[in-house]
Amino acid sequence: MSLRRRRHALPGFGLTLGISLAYLGLIVLIPLAALALKSATIGPLAFWTAVTSPRALSAYRVTFGCAAIAGLINLVLGPLLAWVLVRYRFPGRKLIDALVDLPFALPTAVAGITLTALYASNGWLGRWIEAAGWKVAYTPTGITVALTFVSLPFLVRSVQPVLEQLEPDIEEAAATLGAGRLTTLVKVILPMLWPAILTGFALAFARAVGEYGSVIFIAGNLPMMSEIAPLLIVAKLDAYDYAGATAIAVVLLLASFVALFLINVLQLWTVRRRSAEARR
Amino acid sequence: MRSVFTASLLLALSALATTALADTTLLNVSYDPTRELYRDFNAAFAAKWKQDTGETLKINQSHGGSGKQSRSVIDGLEADVVTLALAYDIDALAEHGGLVPKDWQKRLPQNSAPYTSTIVFLVRKGNPKAIKDWDDLARPGIGVITPNPKTSGGARWNYLAAWGYAARKYGGDAGAKDFVAKVYRNVLVLDTGARGATTTFVERGQGDVLLAWENEALLALGESGGKGVEIVAPSVSILAEPPVSVVDKVVDKRGTRKVAEAYLKYLYSPEGQEIAAKHGYRPRDAGVAAKYASRFPQLSMFSVDDAFGGWQKAQAAHFADGGTFDQIYTPGR
Repeated sequence: MSLRRRRHALPGFGLTLGISLAYLGLIVLIPLAALALKSATIGPLAFWTAVTSPRALSAYRVTFGCAAIAGLINLVLGPLLAWVLVRYRFPGRKLIDALVDLPFALPTAVAGITLTALYASNGWLGRWIEAAGWKVAYTPTGITVALTFVSLPFLVRSVQPVLEQLEPDIEEAAATLGAGRLTTLVKVILPMLWPAILTGFALAFARAVGEYGSVIFIAGNLPMMSEIAPLLIVAKLDAYDYAGATAIAVVLLLASFVALFLINVLQLWTVRRRSAEARR
Repeated sequence: MRSVFTASLLLALSALATTALADTTLLNVSYDPTRELYRDFNAAFAAKWKQDTGETLKINQSHGGSGKQSRSVIDGLEADVVTLALAYDIDALAEHGGLVPKDWQKRLPQNSAPYTSTIVFLVRKGNPKAIKDWDDLARPGIGVITPNPKTSGGARWNYLAAWGYAARKYGGDAGAKDFVAKVYRNVLVLDTGARGATTTFVERGQGDVLLAWENEALLALGESGGKGVEIVAPSVSILAEPPVSVVDKVVDKRGTRKVAEAYLKYLYSPEGQEIAAKHGYRPRDAGVAAKYASRFPQLSMFSVDDAFGGWQKAQAAHFADGGTFDQIYTPGR
């Protein structure tokens, strides 16, 4: 049977595509175009100066660095959490499952204030960490903690459904064929989870790059040390420098877009390679 | 995040407006630490307005960083009056969109600032680090808390107070820049607003000294009670003049000019001055000032106009991109 004749739940390819594109344009593309236009009003030279000032460069380092570290922490612990939630049955599992989404639901400012109260040198956790000679609140470590918090659900929620599809039979089959636990994990399970993990990481990273509310309270905000790029945007807005603010925003946006794009390409590549291997 | 906040704020305000549909409403867009002051003042003025005209008046207030508030008004928040932290932020209303005339500051007495304040130090109880004056802030090992001058109006007063002190003591701007750089090397946390910095110092226990509005310091002292902070007044500080203005474009559109002007004039009346003094703002009225003299220590103060040639110049020299604040944080200078 040809594709054209198959019946879909929603009628009309033309109509649904039209609505989708119009919606995407209204919600995503028009605001982004306005952003690009606004940043273009200052001319290329001023744009370049605004986005390459030492303060801005240091802010990118802090923002992208902390977002990447937070993403990597969740890259390891997020799938582990998903594994525990999918593979084991224990009392309180549903509760933990619901807790994972809390960072999505909590207003970010509340998260920031709570984390700061916890990790400040007089906080519940902060006083012990400080006694051990470490400092979390008001340093880049604090920023990483906040970003890890807000980006955790992305990794768990992208890996979980794939794990649920993954029958334990496969592991048993691997075991009967003589594979050890490590071999099963590396050669059988991880290759199937990889695309989902990558997607989760990309989403977590992109989210963390733009995060403002939860970070601002715990960051300390010292220029050249713990100042994040979104704060620089707010600072520029407060100086009525709309164009300079959008210039930095464009850089953040491009970086996030490139990260998402690269990871999509990587993901496509892993999927292709795997199916090629499967055919062999 | 920010736009969501603005949107929900507007929603909340419009909800408030509809409940009081029949009555006149007034929106006062103000800066961060004036919440308590205007809560009391609004109640007093609404009572007086009712008495004078029989009209029920509903006054809404909105608070946030001074620059952010000014930007909200430029972007369409319908403020009948603005009561902000510095003249620069009301100048911006004239510059972007002509919401007020250029000479707005001449319309009300005393530079349109019905009350004044200054910058003082808040230290831990018993002053364990013996912080007495500005020089102590530059000592190695002192932890200083102040908000970010880029995002906080109050922080700009702090910065200029330190600068003005040093310019007199260490021979002009070069000496002042070195001194201010030393002070900011001691800064542990740069919060985005004055209230945030107070929280960091009082609640989170960060640092040895907080640079604060005098009214904010008095409030923290009153609230924390036994929490163990005390005020130290430096030998010299800045005369902070938080100005007020009617927003002409809005009041003419909404037909609220008369009540808005009366509202601001009432700030200058003995009753208004008394409320300001109670909340830790220095009153202009000599009689009220005498009554509250014990609350406000005598210290020598310089104004932004005298020491820096006005806000426009101060902003350009110190807080614009590449200004002295950026320079002291740029390595390899």
